[in-house]
Amino acid sequence: MRYLTRRVLVLLLTGWAALTINFVLPRLMPGNPAEVMLARFQGRLSPRALAALTVEFGVHTHQSLLAQYVAYWGHMLTGNFGLSLTYYPASVAQMVAQAFPWTLGLVGISTLIAFILGTGIGIAAAWRHGSRLDGVLLPVSLLLNSMPYFWFALLMLYLFGFVLGWFPVGGGLNLAHQAGGWAGLGAIISHAILPAATITITAAGGWVLTMRNNMVAILGEDFVKFARAKGLPDRVVEFRYAARNAILPNFTGFAMAIGFVVGGALLTEIVFSYPGLGYLLYEAVLNLDYPLMQAIFLFISLAVLVANFLADLAYILLDPRVRAVGRS
Amino acid sequence: MSLLLEIAGLTVGYGAGPTAVLAVQDVDLAVHTGEVVGIAGESGCGKSTLALAATGLLDPPGRVLQGGVRYAGQDLLRLPPAALRHVRLRQIAMVFQASMNVLNPVLRIRDQFLDAMQAHGITSRREAVERTQAVFELVKVPARFLDAYPHQLSGGMRQRTVIALSLVLEPRLIFMDEPTTALDVVVQRAILQSVNDLRVQRDFAVVFITHDLSLLIEIADRIAIMYAGYLVEEASGPELYQQPLHPYTQALMQAFPPLGAVRSRLQGIPGQPPDLRQLPPGCPFAARCGKVRQGTCDTVRPAMTIVTPGHRVACHLYPVSTEGGKQA
Amino acid sequence: MTLRAFLTNRRAMAGAGILVFFALLAGLAPLIAPYSPTNINFPPMLGPSAAHLLGTTANGQDVLSQLIWGSRDTLIVGLVTATLISGIQLIVGIFGGYVGGWIDEVLSMLTNIFLVMPGLPLMIIVAAYVTVKGTVPIIFVITVTGWAWGARVLRSQTLTLRSQAFVEAAQLSGESRWRIVLTHIVPNMAGILVANFFGAALYAVLSEAGLEFLGLGNVNTVTWGTMLYWAENDEALLMGLWQWMVLPGVCIALLGTAFGLLNFAVDEVVNPRLRRT
Repeated sequence: MRYLTRRVLVLLLTGWAALTINFVLPRLMPGNPAEVMLARFQGRLSPRALAALTVEFGVHTHQSLLAQYVAYWGHMLTGNFGLSLTYYPASVAQMVAQAFPWTLGLVGISTLIAFILGTGIGIAAAWRHGSRLDGVLLPVSLLLNSMPYFWFALLMLYLFGFVLGWFPVGGGLNLAHQAGGWAGLGAIISHAILPAATITITAAGGWVLTMRNNMVAILGEDFVKFARAKGLPDRVVEFRYAARNAILPNFTGFAMAIGFVVGGALLTEIVFSYPGLGYLLYEAVLNLDYPLMQAIFLFISLAVLVANFLADLAYILLDPRVRAVGRS
Repeated sequence: MSLLLEIAGLTVGYGAGPTAVLAVQDVDLAVHTGEVVGIAGESGCGKSTLALAATGLLDPPGRVLQGGVRYAGQDLLRLPPAALRHVRLRQIAMVFQASMNVLNPVLRIRDQFLDAMQAHGITSRREAVERTQAVFELVKVPARFLDAYPHQLSGGMRQRTVIALSLVLEPRLIFMDEPTTALDVVVQRAILQSVNDLRVQRDFAVVFITHDLSLLIEIADRIAIMYAGYLVEEASGPELYQQPLHPYTQALMQAFPPLGAVRSRLQGIPGQPPDLRQLPPGCPFAARCGKVRQGTCDTVRPAMTIVTPGHRVACHLYPVSTEGGKQA
Repeated sequence: MTLRAFLTNRRAMAGAGILVFFALLAGLAPLIAPYSPTNINFPPMLGPSAAHLLGTTANGQDVLSQLIWGSRDTLIVGLVTATLISGIQLIVGIFGGYVGGWIDEVLSMLTNIFLVMPGLPLMIIVAAYVTVKGTVPIIFVITVTGWAWGARVLRSQTLTLRSQAFVEAAQLSGESRWRIVLTHIVPNMAGILVANFFGAALYAVLSEAGLEFLGLGNVNTVTWGTMLYWAENDEALLMGLWQWMVLPGVCIALLGTAFGLLNFAVDEVVNPRLRRT
């Protein structure tokens, strides 16, 4: 299982890199920006919290870098991400834990829908490639793929929120869903439809493009022609023979795609004031709340890592060649 | 022996309009029950295109521009897709070149057999498995390979598997396009031997396509020679061996001396086949022909002539008989 | 042959057409734009009129002039970033793939790490730490996060090429590594390089817009991204100033589509299997 070992190694190394970036960044910048932040919050934080922050960001500390790094790892492994400066006295961990499920739900569901939708359309376009459908779909997907997520989100919000009034214009979700029961669930769904639609529509374009190209390439393979020579029905050739193979590269390309979608989703959350990590990150950036920023970055990275790892596992399950020999 | 498949005036082009490249031009060929018809020629002469067009497997931009293919009284090329699908494999099977990619890389061999049988109405899994095991035995592949994936098979095994698949529904005609080219001579021999044994047992006809004329002389009842999209000579195997008429056939014979023959110096054919996009007006072989007659060969395209019964050739060296040359 | 295929490719020509249009806009901005984009002396929040074809912003700037001038920074960031990214990809992908050994191991591990690291969050926190706002940090941030995918593609292509006869022949005839890379490997990957370049440009333009929209660029420069930042801040849509919000986004999407079309078309020309039939 050389393939799997390599993936695990990448997973661990990337996790380490994400954590280390958080450690290095503030120390790398000329005139450590965290110092400015700390100065601003002087007096508003307890001395203990301040002391912890000095270690985390390497401000006014006489410890060696190595000792700081070790202490930093100690904090990370025990889940001690420090206090949020914006939401003081709430801890960063609390804030992230509160926001994370929202993002997971929104991004998870819309990515899944976008993947299925985009892949399906890509298959259909490739199967009829050269047709008018294919000719129209391609530039449309390119355009969708080239739209800034947040801008599209703004237009959706304006049109369906303000002008037509079909959906709530954002905010207030935390209160609404606390109503609980069906009303709460309804509030969650009605708040999520627009952001989810935005992410789905803009992300699907990318999947259409990659799937279409993979599939067109696969349709030229001998085994597709041979499948037709066997007299298999079109549906079987299209899905079981062509699409089943064409979808494989999508799993190795998943890393880039999911990173891109998550980025877009963060911006979408901001536009809709959706109470997820993206919105929290925005607040943190506005308030120069570095501890919160770092924890969010870490969390998003880990989530993306896990998503990638799952995609790798799916790939292993779907491609017998990788299972047997292992590829790098 | 009755007429099984009749190709009449078949012309196949890639692309459309005046820029179309004609890969097969006005080819007549008949296949009778139980016989082995060989088609020989250099790569690019149109022999593979002929086979694909004759079975309706041509992919765009390839198109049949003229002529027709009759099988058991039906016009194959005008058959509705559903009907054509039922002819495939059950009536006419196709064996492609022994490349990596004829079998679907992500499906077990067993499933690729089951797919084929299910498509032709064999819904009982037990019957399907029994049939599969039977043909595996015929082509001498151990039944345990049923559970394997294509990449786990050697080239020879894979080719045998593909041949087994073509036999599983006991078709009356099998097209074999370079079925053993990628294999070493020993494996090639063994496979050809089993194909021949099977043919005697099951009484199906074979159209065997190869660049290796000497191989055809050993196995084929009748041989057709193609050059630059044209059929230039056709005769029974022994007749062609003893009396090749067309200078191109003679040259091919030099290039591939029969296996048993005394190995004189191998002679390649000097020059290149003409560019199909701009065929010269006369005989397509004129530029490479040692017996070219200026003023005739380079200006007038030779018509098919029946020289002796069952032996016809398209060459100016043999004057046109009264009959137009269509084979009886 | 390849060039002709490119020139007759409808998608390539559409993409090139859009790109040329924006390039002209950027190059001739001083001549075309009716006003200075930073002039704030007009009445704010005007609708479209003869004097201001696209109206004015909430700060009293001319939207059309901003849109025209905005193409400059957007294009510059897109093209410069794409060049830098291509450079890194070339070094990491081609060199690593060709040299092999531990250098390649390290480089491809690095590539894999950057590939999985989500780009925008990383950009956001890096940009948040950078105290000097402006175009240069933005280019830097996008470059650092955007090179991995292309590097991986180039590396696997290099591995394929490395084992081919003409490269082995060059090795046997004693040509130096760099010479082989430059004269045999790079020219054979020109198509992929060009396609990757346009892919990177698309990534850069979108990322720039995102960062500037968050106010992580210099909000006082005029780009399509900062226009959107101000339009959002001043609630342009609610004020009925739709053109202020819609058009910069349309321009970004069009420029992105142009890069996407070119990326796609080059891919199509280089990889005959994808060609239209």
